[in-house]
Amino acid sequence: MAAQVRVLRQRIRSAKSMKKITKAMELVATSRIAKAQARVAASLPYAQAITGVLTALASNASVDHPLLTARPQVRRAGVLLITSDRGLAGGYSANAIRTAESLMARLREDGKEPVLYVIGRKGVTYYRFRNRPIEASWTGFSEQPAFTDARMVGETLIKAFIHGADDGEDHSGPDGVQGVDELHIVYTEFKSLMTQSPTTRIIGPMEVEDRPRVEGVLPAYEFEPEAEALLDALLPKYINTRIYAALLESAASESAARRRAMKSATDNAEEMIQNYTRQMNTARQAGITQEISEIVGGVNALAASGSEV
Amino acid sequence: MASQLHVEVVAVEEKVWSGEAEMLVARTTEGELGVLPGHAPLLGQLAEPSQVRVKVGGGEEITYDVAGGFLSITDEGVTVLAESAEPAAPAAR
Repeated sequence: MAAQVRVLRQRIRSAKSMKKITKAMELVATSRIAKAQARVAASLPYAQAITGVLTALASNASVDHPLLTARPQVRRAGVLLITSDRGLAGGYSANAIRTAESLMARLREDGKEPVLYVIGRKGVTYYRFRNRPIEASWTGFSEQPAFTDARMVGETLIKAFIHGADDGEDHSGPDGVQGVDELHIVYTEFKSLMTQSPTTRIIGPMEVEDRPRVEGVLPAYEFEPEAEALLDALLPKYINTRIYAALLESAASESAARRRAMKSATDNAEEMIQNYTRQMNTARQAGITQEISEIVGGVNALAASGSEV
Repeated sequence: MASQLHVEVVAVEEKVWSGEAEMLVARTTEGELGVLPGHAPLLGQLAEPSQVRVKVGGGEEITYDVAGGFLSITDEGVTVLAESAEPAAPAAR
């Protein structure tokens, strides 16, 4: 009996220390959600301004930029998948990967060859373990992405997209690089603290997001340099901004998913501690009862034998 | 001319500065440019690297080092869009 009590006491102790760890991770994730949301809010003025500028530009300039026009035949489609670097975030990465998988299956059905770009160690490990090719991957910034990270990713993607323009039937074009003809992005949308859902968006060929139409005639802009040159410079920046926005939102979702996972882990640990404590008390009480009955039995036996003497 | 110029300096990661100013001086790829209230609408790409000077009034001036920047002038005011905008070091002024 005493042995059982000791085992239970040890289990309670380890459950308690686990609870402390998960509780701490829950708190860290909670503060990161707030930070990530603040960064999403801070990035909005730029996103709105660049969208406004592009809308003005697109309505003034003839729009036939390679980044804006759909290719007549799509052979290779780039898929950028955003996952987390660390686990312990519930189904966060798994859900994003599943969404990317169904997107790629759909692309294959349409006769397009998916080309995979992965952000986050979890996604990289998933595909490397299955020996599936990854065109390029980036890790180390999933929780706190900076704009420079988004730019790094964006440069690679835009280069691939531009290279894809002259590709022939299953071989690369005159530039010797096999690019992509479409760009998709899979990220996790932050709907609320409780809901985050993986989403796919197309970022190439790009559509300038519609924003509420301005009343009246758009002002006649002057351009420095010419509109075409300006579009050339602005569009890659716009794609980078979109990637950055997706990264920020994914980071917020990751923290929210982690907070929820850690909260349920903490709750489970609490329940376990309660159960073990009950079991331990029962075992201890049983031990005491047994000892008492042994003593009483002994006394009775002695009394019975003493009365005969 | 009595009116003031509404200026916003926004970097990708945050809004850096916004407020009323008398004049804004920036350099596009074509050349240096001063913006006063009532300027015609204009979109410009800023030279790389470049500085944007905001004359707040009363002889005061705020200078930003801007990378990857654009300038958008509308009826509502001036917006400087930048990949990064840092207040310039005093020595650089």
